[in-house]
Amino acid sequence: MLASTIAESIGRSGGANGECFGRGGGGGPKYPTPQRVYVTGMLIALGGILMFFSAFVSAWVVRRGLPNTDWQPIPLPHILWLNTVLLAASGMTLAYSRRCLLMGREADHRHWWDLTAILGIGFLAGQLVAWRQMVAEGLFLATTPGASFFYVFTAAHALHVLGGIAALLVLTFRLPRRLTPETASYVVALYWHFLTALWLLILAVFLLGG
Amino acid sequence: MSSDHPASTAVHARTGALGGIFRRYVFSTDHKVIGLQYFFLSLAAVTIGLFLSLCMRFHLVWPAAHLPFVTGGTMTPEQYLALVTMHGTIMVFFVLTTAPQSAFGNYFLPLQIGAMDMAFPRLNMLSFWLTFVAFLVALSAFSVPGGAPISGWTAYPPLSGMGEITGPGEGAGQSLWIVSVLIFCVGSLLGSINFISTTIEMRAPGLTLTRLPLTVWAWFVTAILSLLAFAVLFAGGILLALDRVAETSFFLPAGLVVSGELQTHGGGSPLLWQHLFWFFGHPEVYIAILPGMGVVSHILANFSRKPVFGYRAMVFALCAIGLLGFLVWGHHMFVSGMNPYSSLTFSMLTLSIGVPSAIKTFNWLGTLWGGKIQFQTPMLFALGFISFFVTGGLSGIFLAQPALDTSLHATYYVVAHFHIVMGVAAIFGIFAATYYWFPKMFGRKMNKALGQLHFWLTFVGVYAIFMPMHFVGIAGGIRRYADASGAQYLVSLQPLHGFMTIAAFITGAAQLIFFYNFFWSIRQGEPASANPWDATSLEWATASPPPPDNFAGQFPSVYRAPYEYSLPAASQDFLPQHLPSEHDAPSYEGSC
Amino acid sequence: MPLFTTNLTDRIGSPQPRIFNRARGFGSPSLLLAILLILVAGASVFIFVAHLYPAPAPISRDAVLVDRQYNLTLYVTGVAFLLAQLSLAYAVVRFRDRGQKARFVRGNVGLEVLWTCLTFVVFVGLGVLGRKAWADVRFTLPASGAIQVEGTTYQFVYAFRYPGKDGKFGRINPSFVNAPAGNPLGIDPNDPAGGDDIVVSELIVPVDRPVELLLRSQDVVHSFFVRELRLQQDAMPGMIIPVHFTADHIGEFEIVCTQLCGLGHYKMHSLLRVVSPSEFDAFLNRQAMTR
Repeated sequence: MLASTIAESIGRSGGANGECFGRGGGGGPKYPTPQRVYVTGMLIALGGILMFFSAFVSAWVVRRGLPNTDWQPIPLPHILWLNTVLLAASGMTLAYSRRCLLMGREADHRHWWDLTAILGIGFLAGQLVAWRQMVAEGLFLATTPGASFFYVFTAAHALHVLGGIAALLVLTFRLPRRLTPETASYVVALYWHFLTALWLLILAVFLLGG
Repeated sequence: MSSDHPASTAVHARTGALGGIFRRYVFSTDHKVIGLQYFFLSLAAVTIGLFLSLCMRFHLVWPAAHLPFVTGGTMTPEQYLALVTMHGTIMVFFVLTTAPQSAFGNYFLPLQIGAMDMAFPRLNMLSFWLTFVAFLVALSAFSVPGGAPISGWTAYPPLSGMGEITGPGEGAGQSLWIVSVLIFCVGSLLGSINFISTTIEMRAPGLTLTRLPLTVWAWFVTAILSLLAFAVLFAGGILLALDRVAETSFFLPAGLVVSGELQTHGGGSPLLWQHLFWFFGHPEVYIAILPGMGVVSHILANFSRKPVFGYRAMVFALCAIGLLGFLVWGHHMFVSGMNPYSSLTFSMLTLSIGVPSAIKTFNWLGTLWGGKIQFQTPMLFALGFISFFVTGGLSGIFLAQPALDTSLHATYYVVAHFHIVMGVAAIFGIFAATYYWFPKMFGRKMNKALGQLHFWLTFVGVYAIFMPMHFVGIAGGIRRYADASGAQYLVSLQPLHGFMTIAAFITGAAQLIFFYNFFWSIRQGEPASANPWDATSLEWATASPPPPDNFAGQFPSVYRAPYEYSLPAASQDFLPQHLPSEHDAPSYEGSC
Repeated sequence: MPLFTTNLTDRIGSPQPRIFNRARGFGSPSLLLAILLILVAGASVFIFVAHLYPAPAPISRDAVLVDRQYNLTLYVTGVAFLLAQLSLAYAVVRFRDRGQKARFVRGNVGLEVLWTCLTFVVFVGLGVLGRKAWADVRFTLPASGAIQVEGTTYQFVYAFRYPGKDGKFGRINPSFVNAPAGNPLGIDPNDPAGGDDIVVSELIVPVDRPVELLLRSQDVVHSFFVRELRLQQDAMPGMIIPVHFTADHIGEFEIVCTQLCGLGHYKMHSLLRVVSPSEFDAFLNRQAMTR
């Protein structure tokens, strides 16, 4: 279903210039900029973001594995599980919102889109609570290396989520000039689902750390 | 010359309703303007970097001299180290990462693929301004209390991780350095997204991957390296900053005693920084050289009037260098305390990366072989590039073997090696690109006599500077030493230092010829046609300089490979990519 | 008709390919370039081969192995260097534009395969041959009976510690570091094994005895380098890194710091004194008596 909706959304916005340059291969409509390029751009950006977090994971692996280390396992704040549910739910509302958009159900689309933003904000609020729970345990940024990594991972991820929420809110109030709504929502969805998957990865790192 | 284009509505659309100088030349989203902005940024950076290096070379020979205009007295060791640090930082980031890729790539990638602009023009503009701000932040390190950092461009902790207690410049100066690098990383990452997306999605009809000019391939692979490498530096920089300001212990071990004071860090690892840094740092040097290789291939074909020998092998070599470039970072760490078995693995991989580099050299020779070589100034610099790349690359064979590196690490041998590949070969690539594309960018040619004089003086000059440096290193001359008053044996190497310093000043002065030629020719150079070099790639299929939308509405399609020079059956020795066949007039009609 | 013109549309049907102007006023660039390349290649090779600025003579068997590998690498890369620079010189003269037509060729797969394999064999072969010189030093433990010395570095000083008569090093505790009070290394006064430890500023070793040097750093990354031993090792804070060597020549050899460690980096140096066994014992006894 996802693949066909992608094809649909790109094909529809490919538009009038699609058949112009028929000779040779490898080309497509050039101007206005083909919608496909925004998807490509987002995928590449996600590659960069993944590399950034991979560097943190490598650092975590090395730091944890040092001999005679001061590593201690950290107690994971309980609210993290609720936050995970909120984030996963926001992914589902976003997917449903896109479905509504593609089916032409504008009102529903907006409703579930705004719900996604709200759930995202809820996730961020929950992360702040998680930080407070850590502080209550006496674990500040520099207290133990495990705590340091906890704050670094959650802060970096939260900043990216904040960016995603900003995109959601901006698109609520204005349509982008160069992207079709279908492409814009697709690109946002790519980013948002990536961050959800990334969060699960980070959780796995915390759990492995003990 | 540049304003006589009928696409006035295009101009209007590209600069917006406001128009005006601000929109056209300062906050422009036009990739050509942005490319020139990057170019002039790196021109300013190289001037400053060169000045810093001349101060260093001067100090090495006359350490007790008074330098009123530089330090207000004699140069202290920490001032020398600040010069070392900032020279390296400015040159690597703001010259070698900026000019070949961000400047020429931005200007010519869309042109060479027949596009109107990059995929994301506003993101492009943001990238430039981030880089510009990063440059200003870096320079500001000179003016804060304590001065610029003294930890080298490599910034190893704990020296760089604990603030002023490890030395002057390690307080605010080091913090500003980190901030500059972090901002630079973001600018670079955004730029990479643009380059990769544009190359994948915005190519002209008919421009398949095997018809791409090698410059486009080089920028493409470089952008991928950039995306992956700068992401890691960004992460490492954040952790270093946290160690400095938040007292975390990512890189700082427990039980350190600095100047008699016990520090209270946890059990971090300085080696971890080295791994993170060099995981970025090694691909970074390929980011610095690959675009130059692309330019050299492009120019060699043009001025030998032959296709690039072994086009597919060249593409393969570019990709192999890119991939292997991520697997060799440990060769910077052979004596660091890293596992010695890892050292051998890194060694074998490093030696392997010499293979695609050699393939490229052989193919360049193959391009020249049987050719019809014309010694225009860009060609001279391209030929110089080959000579320097061979020299610098072969000295790397010594450093790639840990048993030999044990005696050469941190000596002037290493300094000679990386200067010849980066500070000379890559710079020759930039010069070659400048002389080659100047007519396209400014509609005028640079003066030929001055260009040739610049080449001869520089070619001889840099060999005079950097060949002796190998010998200093083999004899045990240690790098980043403020003078020779420490170990006794260093005194015997001073004559070599004297020779290198004099050569450096003469060669530095010779660059004034380039500056003069460059700026004079913008105004007074001989007017250039659309294709003064009889070249085949798409940037030459439009006016010099190109109109705002690059092709005045007539976007080309591509019908052949990029280097169709001296085809046997053709009536002339080049067939441009955008013309269907030499016997037909262009036949596409209508308003596609 | 396209809006812009190119040379091709200008000259379709014209039989005469355009010839670029050859360089005027500076003679033939090709010849000058070739001569310069030959001079540079020749001068460089000469200076290397004539050992005008040699590394000092090696003082250990491991160092001799390193030198052999160095010479092998020098010959191989020297040949490659000469071939490449001279081929370039030849090409720029032989194929300069004299009005001929360029020989159109896209490539040669056989040649590509050949030089790829050749280069791989040569480069990686060098690495394989060089393995022994590295392995002998780094993969092996010091021979039994090796003298243990601990080398501690801090800004901008080398301090070498001998275990004394009991053969054991006293425990180090950084909170006891107090250079003015005579305890720069932070030897724990509560540890009896440290009572007879000898701390000096130079590395004194007997000739022909294996020495295990344990490198430590108190503050930043430093390094230990003795040219004649062909031995260099960073001293990494938070780690104790062992290296070993056997010096087979008596003499004094300089130890320099090679890892940028602060403003005094260039002044951080010490001496390796290789002495006769009797002198070494005398040194130890002298030091023991002053404690």
